[in-house]
Amino acid sequence: MELRPILATLRKHRIPAVLIVLEIALACAVLCNAVFMISLRVRQMHLPNAIDERGISLVSVNGADPKLAASDIPRDLTALRGIAGVTAASVSNTVPLSTNNIGWSFGTSPDATLATQHTVNLSMYFVGEGADQALGLRLKQGRFFTNDEYADSKLGSGVLPGIHVAVLTESAAKRMWPGQSPLGKTFYSKPDYYQVVGVVADVMRPWVSDAEHAYNAVYFPLAPDAMTSGYIVRSAPEDRQRVLQQATQALQKLNPGAVVKGRTFTDIRNRYFADTNSMAWMLVLVCAVMLAVTAFGIVGLTSFWVAQRRRQIGVRRAVGATRTDILRYFQAENFLLASFGIALGMALAYGLNLFLMKHYELPRLPGVYLPVGAAVLWAIGQLAVLGPALRASNVPPVVATRAA
Amino acid sequence: MFGYYLDLALRSLKRSPGLTVLMVLAIGFGVAASMTTWSVFRAVSGDPIPWKSSRLFVPQLDIWGPDSRKKSGYDDLPEALDYTDAMALMRDHRAKLQSAMYQISPSVVPADAAKHPINISGHAVYSEFFPMLDVPFQYGSGWSAKDDHERAHVVVISSKLNQKLFGGANSVGKTVDIEGKDYRVVGVANHWNPQPRFYDLVNSGGFHTDAEDLFVPFQTAIDMGMPNDGNTNCSEIPKEAGFVGLQHSSCVWIAYMAELDGASAVRSYRDYLNNYMRQQQQSGRFAWPPKTKLHSLPGWLSYEHVVPSDTKVSLLVALGLLIVCLVNTAGLLLAKFLRRSSEIGVRRALGAPRAAVYAQFLTEAGIVGAAGGVLGLLLTGLGVASVGWVLPKDIAALAKLDVSLLLLTLVVAVVATMLAGLYPTYRASRVQPAWQLKSN
Repeated sequence: MELRPILATLRKHRIPAVLIVLEIALACAVLCNAVFMISLRVRQMHLPNAIDERGISLVSVNGADPKLAASDIPRDLTALRGIAGVTAASVSNTVPLSTNNIGWSFGTSPDATLATQHTVNLSMYFVGEGADQALGLRLKQGRFFTNDEYADSKLGSGVLPGIHVAVLTESAAKRMWPGQSPLGKTFYSKPDYYQVVGVVADVMRPWVSDAEHAYNAVYFPLAPDAMTSGYIVRSAPEDRQRVLQQATQALQKLNPGAVVKGRTFTDIRNRYFADTNSMAWMLVLVCAVMLAVTAFGIVGLTSFWVAQRRRQIGVRRAVGATRTDILRYFQAENFLLASFGIALGMALAYGLNLFLMKHYELPRLPGVYLPVGAAVLWAIGQLAVLGPALRASNVPPVVATRAA
Repeated sequence: MFGYYLDLALRSLKRSPGLTVLMVLAIGFGVAASMTTWSVFRAVSGDPIPWKSSRLFVPQLDIWGPDSRKKSGYDDLPEALDYTDAMALMRDHRAKLQSAMYQISPSVVPADAAKHPINISGHAVYSEFFPMLDVPFQYGSGWSAKDDHERAHVVVISSKLNQKLFGGANSVGKTVDIEGKDYRVVGVANHWNPQPRFYDLVNSGGFHTDAEDLFVPFQTAIDMGMPNDGNTNCSEIPKEAGFVGLQHSSCVWIAYMAELDGASAVRSYRDYLNNYMRQQQQSGRFAWPPKTKLHSLPGWLSYEHVVPSDTKVSLLVALGLLIVCLVNTAGLLLAKFLRRSSEIGVRRALGAPRAAVYAQFLTEAGIVGAAGGVLGLLLTGLGVASVGWVLPKDIAALAKLDVSLLLLTLVVAVVATMLAGLYPTYRASRVQPAWQLKSN
């Protein structure tokens, strides 16, 4: 296909051509960034989380007498384990994605400070006996806690437990001792120190600020304590609703003075990601509307164009051009315009991303979005031009002989 | 003449209904998207207490020193106060009105034994909190400075909690069981739920749909050991355990607000804060030079990034959509106007000046804009109603449709379309009459 006649025509119809180029450029810029923002959110919502998400429910008990926790918790757990369908039950201070986070910075040497390399802020999970079963944690190395370790672990003077063992997530271990086996290593927060006895597959933190640090978490054993007021109940997914209801009732009966609330983990996850999810859908909606508007805009302008050039088309047909030639002409023209638009749009997309990075802490737009955005717009352009181009190819040669 | 142009425009629009519908749809969608996000943005960036915000101030004290800032790379002082300093500031009482406060979540036992206890969120505050923030009361009032001092068991409850506990009746003088102790109701706040929750931004992150349900005197809450339900930030491990340990630590967890009337009051309060920190330094509490900040409320709102960046980004995205729609409309109008070159030629040949052509075609653009605006209105209404589906719940609840938003939608639609129509109209007015007449 010869491009020269097309370029010559475009030069004569500069303004409509510029408008189409602008439309495509703007759509390309917004589309690339919006799709990138959507993908960030989708990725965040699909981060893996190595617990049995479909089988876990959480029942929180607030306002029970803290002094009686040592006797209340074993009693409550016995009741929970007695419910038909419960495969495991335990307690924890918090669970992933609950937003209820206690973070603490630990270093890999006794004198480590916040600024030392390999000092990592870890979300602390304090768990009771059987928590590995109740959560469905997947042990990768070493072991989980022994019954003695649970029994011996009390919260000492501060926030940290007095016992000196801990289980880390894989990511946290890798961050603290890159390239080394974490088993048997010790981490510190003066004056406390903890030896790593096991490593579990990555479990998310209660509150995830960014994907890179989503798994910085540590498990500590804890004897029954007022702090571990969340009961984790695990069952088969199909039993979960019933089990949760019975567990909530049982705990309310045992703790009449306390506020008892039950939620499935799915519920906790959905609530955590509700905002992310809705923002992603809004962006999808905007993209869809924008692409539709752009496509219709192209249809409108090309139709106008075709109507204006009916006579020229007739002449071309009369001197021997086939229908396919005419069709190809308009398709090539649209492709050319789309290409200009996309080139400009990429520059715009990059600029827009720089602006968003500067003001809204967005990461850099990965290069892969640009060709994808380009392909989408080329496709939209071709689709939009098809109708008007077909109409153009149907212009009969006899038009050339009529007065304009 | 305008009526004639209206008639012409309607005829022309009717002649190509497809194109017209396209333009109206484009304008409608673009305007609706930007207006919906704008209504949300306006709601979150509003001033929660416009008549007084310039007189309310939040102090920050550098009690952790420059080392604590090295790692983070920020120049930030702690966002809240520790117990020692909050109490010292309350004792010195240098502002006209002031209050330290912290978030609590005690359990309240309903009088009806059949009902389960409920966790109620609220704040422990000083008596001056109520006059300082102009809290409206349905019944009664706040408590007195004497109640603060005597650590009285009094409580101010929300109208919502009043409805739940007392069926909405005047409950002043009645008692509420909070954590097993009786508290006398002294006031019922009248649907008070400022957005953002400016008096404790650190803990609310700005927005909460649930109104605060109770307020108790600060020292009473401390006495009763009602733990802090909000954020606690520490630079080192507290030496003692529990809530008492927290009070003795350098951890920050107390919000503070002061009312200062006039520039001289602000200046002297700044001096006071600096002097206070200098005294602390001289008494050997820390070694670094004293550093303080005093934010006015509007400054504090922006310092705490109260407007969520998601909201700003969605406004930007919607504006991008509006621009795309406008460029499209400009293209379509151009197509439409230039198709009528011969008509313009005839008009010009018959003596119509360029201004007349301008008026005619801008009228037509305006009509498209108005139609798009009406569609935009409908879609905005739909958008605001369903905004809870696409935006954070706490924030979506704030978006409201009101007359000003409706008017703005229409005006934006019409003005934007006429702007988009300017170039096509310019081109139309440049049509050479002779050319058009000849070729016909």
